[in-house]
Amino acid sequence: MLIRKPDDITSSEITPEDVYLNRRSFMADAARLGIAGALAPALVGAAAEAEAEAASAQGRFPARAPRQEELTPFEDVTQYNNFYEFGTGKGDPYRNSGDFKPRPWTIEVAGHCAKPGAYDLEDFLRPHELEDRVYRLRCVEAWSMVIPWRGFPVSRVIDRAEPTSAAKYVAFTTVVRPTEMPGQRGRILDWPYREGLRLDEARHPLTIFATGLYGRDLPNQSGAPLRLVVPWKYGFKSIKSIVRMEFVEDMPYTTWSAMAANEYGFYANVNPEVDHPRWSQARERRIGEFRKRPTLPFNGYASQVAPMYRGLDLRRWY
Amino acid sequence: MVLTDPARSARRAALAVRVAAWVLGLLPLALLGYRWLGTGLGANPIEALILHFGRWAIVLILVTLALTPTRRLTGFNQLIRARRSLGLFAFLYVSLHFLTYLVLDQFFAWDYIWEDIAERPFITVGFLAFLLLVPLAVTSTKGWIRRLGRNWVRLHRLVYVVAVLAVVHYYWNVRADEPTPILAIAAVALLLLARVPRVASRLSRLGRQ
Repeated sequence: MLIRKPDDITSSEITPEDVYLNRRSFMADAARLGIAGALAPALVGAAAEAEAEAASAQGRFPARAPRQEELTPFEDVTQYNNFYEFGTGKGDPYRNSGDFKPRPWTIEVAGHCAKPGAYDLEDFLRPHELEDRVYRLRCVEAWSMVIPWRGFPVSRVIDRAEPTSAAKYVAFTTVVRPTEMPGQRGRILDWPYREGLRLDEARHPLTIFATGLYGRDLPNQSGAPLRLVVPWKYGFKSIKSIVRMEFVEDMPYTTWSAMAANEYGFYANVNPEVDHPRWSQARERRIGEFRKRPTLPFNGYASQVAPMYRGLDLRRWY
Repeated sequence: MVLTDPARSARRAALAVRVAAWVLGLLPLALLGYRWLGTGLGANPIEALILHFGRWAIVLILVTLALTPTRRLTGFNQLIRARRSLGLFAFLYVSLHFLTYLVLDQFFAWDYIWEDIAERPFITVGFLAFLLLVPLAVTSTKGWIRRLGRNWVRLHRLVYVVAVLAVVHYYWNVRADEPTPILAIAAVALLLLARVPRVASRLSRLGRQ
């Protein structure tokens, strides 16, 4: 049987050589940590190894030591949220999201693709095997968490939709339901919340659609029933409660960069060198820790994702 | 017919005002303690402390500034006795706000603190408001009032600048179009307007009617 390397694979999707050579030690670590069983066998490929490599890329762990960082407690992950649809206070989403109904739910796939359509959530999810992924989440407000997500790569959905050559970006939209989302009754933001990624970013194996965390369904305040997780970007890129994804030709409208272009760029890659006008990005407070820790370029995922930005001035394209 | 003793009722009113000022001044600490013992301060307690102290500092600055116009409008002159206590409580919460940032948030990382003050306008403005409050707090004693005489009043007009800086600091710190900082700005604008001589005398006339 001939196994051919697909032509459209980007360099960022290829496992770096050192990771490939170290895969046995990763497998041993993963097994010890009990996460290997949760990963679909096919996925103990680029994505999973990339994740382990991300942790070791921080250089704080000896090569064979357990690489997993301490998880942020479930209560903190689910009670400290930025989700302005439910209010601007960090505790508001937890308090005010009780009326939100994440089911039934429809997701529309649209734009430059061969197979657009509207899917019931169940149909949208059915073809995909869910995996658990432990990612760091870094907010532009300079705090961070370590969260065990459950989800599947966005690339799977993109492959099914068969985008045409005109598709350069993917635009995402959050649901608008002022009756269930009290924050949307005011004009705090330009509703609906919108975000977007370059197509290669959306296809990156680290980019996932999450349907759960800590092994259970996503709570409303965390973006039920379906959200994006892009671990090397600031949290606001990881749009919640998605109802629409559209393949587009031009860089899409994104809520925060439209609101304050000088503060929030389209890329929003975690970068300790480029400060936000209000918050230094050089350090961050991991939720639960007292002292601040240095922020890592691309949130510690540089070896996986930096090649996508080769030649891009990250000060200009922040 | 019951004879009322004007001096006695004035003393009573003065006492009531002082007690009310202390109750209001200590309320933020009581609320904080209640929250701490109850549900706790949440996932990011340092941020919660900074926000709690900062918000209450602004509330107390606004209340302090509201005393004079309210006194004009109501003719209730004893209100003025709350001014010094509330002003000092405002300074207490501004100091706690700043110290929480300095000690708990930054842990004396002077280079980062300096960078914040120099490069982030919202912090520059907040720090300036804190600095300007220091001489006001220091000169709040009877001795200083006597020594400064007329200049004491001039010096203490700095509180108007502090109020403006404080609400700008609040507004610039908030993401998106949240209503509360805008309300605070409107309140400061109204309270400063009430000090324009023509407006002030009209308030007094209304109060006498």
